[in-house]
Amino acid sequence: MIPGSFDYHRPRSLDEAVALLSDHSGDAFILAGGHSLIPMMKLRMAAPEHLIDIQDISELTDITVSGDRITIGAAVTQSRLIDSEDLASACPILREASLQIADPQIRNVGTIGGNVANGDPGNDMPAIMQLLDAEYELRGSDGVRHIKARDFYEGAYFTARDEGEILTSVSIPVPADDHGYSYQKQKRKIGDYATAAAGVVLTVTDGNCTSASIALTNVADTPLWAEDAANALIGTDLGPAHIAAAVDAARAITDPATDGRGPAEYRTHVAGIMVQRAIETAHERAG
Amino acid sequence: MSKTHVKMTVNGNAVEALAEPRTLLIHFLREELNLTGPHIGCETSHCGACTVDINGNSVKSCTVFVGQAQDADVTTIEGVAHADGSLHAVQEAFRQHHGLQCGFCTPGMITRAWRLLQENPNPTEEEIRYGISGNLCRCTGYQNIVKAIQAAAEELAVKEAAE
Repeated sequence: MIPGSFDYHRPRSLDEAVALLSDHSGDAFILAGGHSLIPMMKLRMAAPEHLIDIQDISELTDITVSGDRITIGAAVTQSRLIDSEDLASACPILREASLQIADPQIRNVGTIGGNVANGDPGNDMPAIMQLLDAEYELRGSDGVRHIKARDFYEGAYFTARDEGEILTSVSIPVPADDHGYSYQKQKRKIGDYATAAAGVVLTVTDGNCTSASIALTNVADTPLWAEDAANALIGTDLGPAHIAAAVDAARAITDPATDGRGPAEYRTHVAGIMVQRAIETAHERAG
Repeated sequence: MSKTHVKMTVNGNAVEALAEPRTLLIHFLREELNLTGPHIGCETSHCGACTVDINGNSVKSCTVFVGQAQDADVTTIEGVAHADGSLHAVQEAFRQHHGLQCGFCTPGMITRAWRLLQENPNPTEEEIRYGISGNLCRCTGYQNIVKAIQAAAEELAVKEAAE
């Protein structure tokens, strides 16, 4: 399988990359890890005339945890997310989710920016970003704008990013010190996309849930932030009846495809089980 | 669509060539440099037969354009053995423990295991299985591959202690 021909560009700065993207608007793609794009190019489902490789742009490779924000450059790989002690202590669900993405070789090249910007409903990080109320920074020739992960996804491979924009970083509010978290992903084998997956972060004070956020992966054509499911937990003792209410609320918003991972009804069923396990695990870890 | 000037280090040797940008690294290694150790299996980044080392990381070379490896330090299975031609401990352990049957996955598997033991010199069985999860083998059922990597880890630890 040979991809179509293209011109290869390797800019040294973000300004240069934005200028290239603008000069070749509609015919140019950003190349980060390439492990989504290159297979699509081999299948000729993508045939860009220009590829803009961002690996030399050092401003895209920083991880900073300062005050109440975590900022991760778009070109940070999954392996670096896993290796970062700062992230592991400030927001451990990032490591837990990254370890469930693909396999070691792919995590060495796959980037957070590619994972969230591509709009593939099978990707895990979009739901994690919705869960954590992350904000994306987009840079185009008209300047910089910010958009919340919860407002970014429009459909499979359709997002709020304009063709001329580069997603440059994600910014995450640091969760409370004593928060509990869990990302539960059912997949047929290592490396597969989720049959269904769910992430939960919550806090518990004096036995009662004081905040909660839940998001789902690969059970609709976008990631799903399950606001009603989380609301079913807040103010409760996270007992079985409350978890069941959250599971029902989460299942109600799913709309999965029937595919090799199973019939739609099955995937909705699995999504509920992932939500239940994630709530229970997050509860155990809280405090 | 002009050709680009490609320059990298492969198995310790400086390499320069002209290549179309759409050339995949695996094709460049096999067809331009005649390094046919890394294999083309699935071509979709699932099987790991094309695994090589780029700047100290295991990578699937079927899903890398040659330009992305510009100025990189690349190691293929051909660069794993010692300079005098004797087998590396991982290679020897695969031979001793029957860590292969048809041999198709073996170059990628060994190149990955070789890197894994540098990342984690004393892995548990679970860490080995997780560490090679990007390499598929359809013959062995993985049992002897895992045994071989465990044996190589022990052998390397003994060598290190002796030095």
